[in-house]
Amino acid sequence: MADVKLDAPKLKAKDFKSSQEVRWCPGCGDYAILAAVQSFLPELGLEREKIAFVSGIGCSSRFPYYLNTYGLHSIHGRAPAIATGLAVSRPDLSVWVVTGDGDALSIGGNHLIHALRRNVNLKILLFNNRIYGLTKGQYSPTSGPGTLTKSSPMGSVDAPFNPLSLALGSEATFVARTLDSDRAHLQEVLRAAAEHEGSAFVEIYQNCPIFNDGAFEVLKNPETRDESIIRLQDGEPITFGDKVVVQSGYGLQVKDASEADAADVVVHKADVDDPAYAFALSRLSGIALDHTPIGVFRNVKRPTYDAGVRSQVDEAAAGVDRKEALDRLLHSGDTWTVL
Amino acid sequence: MNTVRQLDRVVIRFAGDSGDGMQLTGDRFTAETAKLGNDLSTLPNYPAEIRAPAGTLPGVSSFQIHFADSDILTPGDHPEVLIAMNPAALKANLRDLKPGGTIVVNTDEFTKRNLTKVGYGDNPLEDGSLEDYQVHAVALASLTIEALKDFDVSKKDAERSKNMFALGLVSWMYSRPTEATEEFLRGKFKAKPVIAEANIAALKAGWNYGDTTEAFAVRFEIPPAKLKAGTYRNITGNVALAWGITASGVATGLPVFLGAYPITPASDILHELSKHKRFGVTTVQAEDEIAAVGAALGASWGGALGVTTSSGPGIALKSETISLAVSLELPLVVVDVQRAGPSTGLPTKTEQADLVMAMFGRHGEAPIAVIAPQSPSDCFDIMLEAARIATTYRTPVMVLSDGYIANGAEPWQLPAMSDLPDLTVKFATEMNAVDAKGEEIFLPFQRDPETLARPWAVPGTPGLQHRIGGIEKADGTGDISYDPVNHDHMVRTRAAKIAGIEVPDLDVDDPTGDANVLVLGWGSTWGPIGAAVRGLREKGVTIARSHLRYLNPMPHNTARVLARYDKVVVPEMNLGQLTMLLRNNFPGTEVVGYNKVRGLPFTSNELQDALEEVIKNG
Repeated sequence: MADVKLDAPKLKAKDFKSSQEVRWCPGCGDYAILAAVQSFLPELGLEREKIAFVSGIGCSSRFPYYLNTYGLHSIHGRAPAIATGLAVSRPDLSVWVVTGDGDALSIGGNHLIHALRRNVNLKILLFNNRIYGLTKGQYSPTSGPGTLTKSSPMGSVDAPFNPLSLALGSEATFVARTLDSDRAHLQEVLRAAAEHEGSAFVEIYQNCPIFNDGAFEVLKNPETRDESIIRLQDGEPITFGDKVVVQSGYGLQVKDASEADAADVVVHKADVDDPAYAFALSRLSGIALDHTPIGVFRNVKRPTYDAGVRSQVDEAAAGVDRKEALDRLLHSGDTWTVL
Repeated sequence: MNTVRQLDRVVIRFAGDSGDGMQLTGDRFTAETAKLGNDLSTLPNYPAEIRAPAGTLPGVSSFQIHFADSDILTPGDHPEVLIAMNPAALKANLRDLKPGGTIVVNTDEFTKRNLTKVGYGDNPLEDGSLEDYQVHAVALASLTIEALKDFDVSKKDAERSKNMFALGLVSWMYSRPTEATEEFLRGKFKAKPVIAEANIAALKAGWNYGDTTEAFAVRFEIPPAKLKAGTYRNITGNVALAWGITASGVATGLPVFLGAYPITPASDILHELSKHKRFGVTTVQAEDEIAAVGAALGASWGGALGVTTSSGPGIALKSETISLAVSLELPLVVVDVQRAGPSTGLPTKTEQADLVMAMFGRHGEAPIAVIAPQSPSDCFDIMLEAARIATTYRTPVMVLSDGYIANGAEPWQLPAMSDLPDLTVKFATEMNAVDAKGEEIFLPFQRDPETLARPWAVPGTPGLQHRIGGIEKADGTGDISYDPVNHDHMVRTRAAKIAGIEVPDLDVDDPTGDANVLVLGWGSTWGPIGAAVRGLREKGVTIARSHLRYLNPMPHNTARVLARYDKVVVPEMNLGQLTMLLRNNFPGTEVVGYNKVRGLPFTSNELQDALEEVIKNG
């Protein structure tokens, strides 16, 4: 949808619950995300029928079944492609994609990067639990090296993707990260994503209690979270715990506040045109989750693909009587008449 | 003064290097011929490489046209006239030429180096090896350069106009008008008027060369064919297909959404449709074949006529998404312009070897409708049928075209807009059931009792919010269901829906009514089979013929038709795929396959021989 206005909500969270029994494992982070999304959706100010959720395959991709909107649970990795077709042909809809680390970054990597480079009007929620859940626990493209799973009994040897770096490298115009357990932050990010015109890529760290429990514990545990999470606030200096973020060489660096000059502390601006800044932010944390920024990394304006495609069709089709034009097309060029 | 002789038909082949512009030359000759009212059929044949090394055998590109004063069905088995722009073109095409045929060669290219390149020890123009033919040795390139010496064009550009000189000469030989080509050239080179005028001058020089030199004692006339009254144009299968898709949008009242990824020989459909945005046609060049069909399916969900076009390797990639469309029960039109496979195979050559893939090349029980156009112009009508079936039955429809009809051309009698079928689609807008509490509800898998189609409720429809997906659904509610009995029911219901698609009965052409042998084809073999049958009947041989446009489901009278004959001969450009289906579907029918996979359409002569053989052997 080209133009979402966050009006005063008329509907309630319960209006977005479907009749289907939710069937994730007890303790799954997906429950928290579902509840947060259901209570956020009224903020869109849209009737339920104007919202469409498209998913791929995986635990997260069951999401659409539990929302009382239009929903399509599709095939592995292809949700961004299917959603592109819908978004291009239906400007009146708010189209959301729900995907996971395996779905979006492994089997569906190609569709994700192309949706982002085109800047299709899609809100893409990537639930990253760093593991394959539905297939019972194989390592994923975001698992750390050495991950022990059934398919990697001696430890995985793959280097992981940094999803935000990948999205930024794909020319994404909106890139954010949030946590399943932080409802207020999650909703704040969803709000910003919904308001963004174009592709919005949101990585949600999500706990899988069965196959990768505690993967993001360091960001949740009261004892460690303050020195691990960097909460990005637009226009504010980037500080957390007793640390700050400063420029360093070609990138950014975390320093003790006491050792840094206050003037050197980077002030966060999501609308910086050069993606190198957001990229540097995305590199502050690695698999170990030390210094993990959350919030909106990048939020810039660029023409959207779907609007571009539609405007060409609208321009060409304005005032055209299709039947008459078809008759003219058939008779164009060399024709001859037999009497 | 030249003698003018009347002919009833002729087959001409233009052959040259890939860079010599033979396809354009052939296209223009075809347009001139169409304008004169001859019936015609064409066969372009070009290498997969855009520019294979110049002057080599793999680099030869050719264009064959058969035109006549009566209706014809094929581009002709053997050319009577060969225009060879270089030694490679001569060598590659000579064996196809009819004994005693006419050869026009461009002598400028017959240098020692070029002859050696293609393995000619001696110059065939001088060593007597062509004495059974009528050879016109013409220095096409130098004559063209000479003719353009007063034009402000480089020697290279002048030389490049030699195809127009050749076209002018052949147009003179066969009394074709050139005005339309002159107009075409002015349009094509709008930005470079000098080049346009140089090409026109070359065209005229070629014509005048024929008219003034005494080398050509005879010129020919082929009177117009007695075609049905109406307005005609010449059309290739790919263009007819693209226009058929456009017309389907008009007939259904739906916006058309094409998702496509470039692939030979289907790309021209994407190119053509990209020009027709004024019809509300959206084209998306996707990142891959899977995204192309995925986007089309997403658009179908949203209420568009979703279409994807490709060739065999691309269809293989789309298979999982087509199965999803089967499960979602949404309309989707999938076009497979078949080429010789497997894998890259012979990408510019034709084949019919994707039939079994179209029928069964998906996981699970995933039946879909399969239909096939039988000629270039039939591609228009077949797309309207594809749209009718897809939207009426909410199912994917596979359209099996092939390289032969995609690039081949024939005259097409233009349909009147009043003949366009009304395929208006009704979306679901209201609740369709009542629950136990007496409340009105919407059941997304409640079926139409006649078609077994489910409602098409597009996102945005108030009150009808529902979820669909690849997981098995409970019939009616569409809720996720792992119930074994429900799954069995759904699999059978989806199969019954496809089996029950209404298609026209199979026509049989059996003029004497006492034939023992039926020849049954599908797709692009329609022309060659028709020509073979005609030839046989002229010889007094009795044979019946029939052609399947609907492969799944087959016409409901197929069993009755087949039962009338002792033997059914099935010519196919594969190793027996329809044969296999017929043996399975109609046990007891004696099916004899005639199969070839050479990347080329059957010649009518070989089919005639093969059919006669079967008839003789009883």
